[in-house]
Amino acid sequence: MIKRFITLLLLAGIGAIFASLLFTYVPDSELNRTADYYAGHTASDIGAANIVTAIIVTYRGLDTLGEVTVLFLASSIVGLVLSLGQKQHKTQRNRVAVGELLTTGSRFLAPLIMLLGVYVFVNGHLTPGGGFQGGAIIASGMLLLLLADPLRHFSHTLIATLESFSGLSYVALGVLGLFMAGGFLDNRILPTGTLGELISAGAIPLIYSLIGLKVGAEFSSMLASLSETEDLK
Amino acid sequence: MNILMTGMSAVLCIAMLGAALLAIRVKGDDSLPLSILAAGLVSLFASVLFLILAAPDVAMTEAAIGSGLTTFLFFFLLARIRGTAQTVDKNDGSALDGRDYD
Repeated sequence: MIKRFITLLLLAGIGAIFASLLFTYVPDSELNRTADYYAGHTASDIGAANIVTAIIVTYRGLDTLGEVTVLFLASSIVGLVLSLGQKQHKTQRNRVAVGELLTTGSRFLAPLIMLLGVYVFVNGHLTPGGGFQGGAIIASGMLLLLLADPLRHFSHTLIATLESFSGLSYVALGVLGLFMAGGFLDNRILPTGTLGELISAGAIPLIYSLIGLKVGAEFSSMLASLSETEDLK
Repeated sequence: MNILMTGMSAVLCIAMLGAALLAIRVKGDDSLPLSILAAGLVSLFASVLFLILAAPDVAMTEAAIGSGLTTFLFFFLLARIRGTAQTVDKNDGSALDGRDYD
């Protein structure tokens, strides 16, 4: 009874906070100074058609490097924890039977899902989406393969190589910006090109593709470790 | 934001609330897959809502991670829990926490 009352009280409190936020909200009539700068300078300085990508990869590139690092740490720790469990015994394991629909459907869908992921991160500077979204889409393709065949084995060497290569290249491109352009992770180490074309916006397509590969590899390695280990008895 | 968009947002909000309630309230022997699907549905509606609010990048992240990867992952782990529960069942006749997941 008391527990229920406290829960209701908490809910009412949260509702009051959100209601006060909602009813005092007045939309801005014009962009604030920072937003105005980004909106006015992105096309001429960075050459990216998608302003969000220009902010994520170039203006606030260091934050993105931090996010990628956090994801890397998380996937390393998941791998470390799971490596303490046992390797699964392929013959003794009794799995829930996989249906015909899932097996056949995954053969058709998995390549298309991966292709969509690559499309999303390669076009990150033109259309919504980018490295993180593309990487997550690729990983969900891998997960579909794992669901269809739980005993499938992915090469951890390949995943680790891909992950390290893209991480190192990302930081190397950032350092190149220090010497060849305005600062760390500046995208103008390559020509910015024509606004709206696939090969434009300097190093942004390159950096976002590397981020996409890295995020995809990290999620995939987590999923593969989850599927290949068994709980401690 | 015009009337149509406001109406759509309202419908989506109500649908989100319904799906969320379904996710935590659904009962029965085979309720876990339904809960997982309902939780994925909440994310799917949220991503459409982000799209209406003119944030396509966020909508994409929500759709890819919230409704795609998480839902798949839950199903994947559910299958694994069921596998473990069955193995334990064979060994000493009791599932992990005494509940029957099948």
